[in-house]
Amino acid sequence: MTAYTAVVTVRLKRGVLDPEAERTQEALERLGFELGDLRSADRFEVDLDADSAEAAADRADEMAERLLANPTIHDYTVEVEEQ
Amino acid sequence: MVAVTVAVIRFGGSNCDRDAVRALEHLGVDAEIAWHEDGLPADPSGVVIPGGFSYGDYLRAGAMAARSPVMTEVREAAAEGTPVLGVCNGAQIGSESGLTPGAFTTNRSARFQCEQVHCRVERADTPFTAAFDEGDVVRLPIAHGEGRFEAEDDRYERLVAEDRVLFRYCDADGTVTDAANPNGSKGGVAGVLGERETVAVLMPHPERAALPDLHGGTDGRGLLRAFA
Repeated sequence: MTAYTAVVTVRLKRGVLDPEAERTQEALERLGFELGDLRSADRFEVDLDADSAEAAADRADEMAERLLANPTIHDYTVEVEEQ
Repeated sequence: MVAVTVAVIRFGGSNCDRDAVRALEHLGVDAEIAWHEDGLPADPSGVVIPGGFSYGDYLRAGAMAARSPVMTEVREAAAEGTPVLGVCNGAQIGSESGLTPGAFTTNRSARFQCEQVHCRVERADTPFTAAFDEGDVVRLPIAHGEGRFEAEDDRYERLVAEDRVLFRYCDADGTVTDAANPNGSKGGVAGVLGERETVAVLMPHPERAALPDLHGGTDGRGLLRAFA
């Protein structure tokens, strides 16, 4: 078994309104920043032991499918690194 | 033995559970609170998933409660035809658990909104709307920060084709307009049906519009009569 960290990033699908990101962008603009667009995402770092990076990624993928993301509104990515 | 009790499920953070019991009892419906860890009582005559902030809305509103074991029992009861109604946080739990289609997410305003809204009855042939006619306008309160209905475009079109929209936000005359849509819900959807017309969720609070001494009217009674 090897110790891995799986990073699960959950984002709203393109085209799904993100009111919090819009307000955050407005606040940055009020502070004088110039920016094109701003998107927010949730990032989960999961430490886990697995036989391989693929096995760790599969488990993290299932976590995203079953809880971390809502497939109606979210896309997600999984990246695995050895600790 | 015929079951006569509606189970109102209480999660940690539910806060409309007692309101739901009171409103149902006011209509002569026997109802009791069921702590989620105790599971559903045997053969409930109906199930209400009440409003509140179960699990502090951690991760997403309703996400945690939707994965609790009692919701497996609720899905089974729903599949067998037991009437199930999810209100507000109960609607979020219902959609998160797959009981009903779509998702409820952050209001267009990015704010918590507590106000009276009008909703148009889109289907009157369900237990929750049998007291109304199609096209009727009901006045109900909302109180939510994450009530914007979302569904993928193809999923939404299927939902409409299958006639599973139960309520849409509208103006006082029953016209669905963007201005009358309090939270940016797709198609102004305020409530939807599950696989069967005995399963419904909605963001507005019928239990807060059921007692005579409150100022919000009593239009919510019609919905709760599904359990009578």
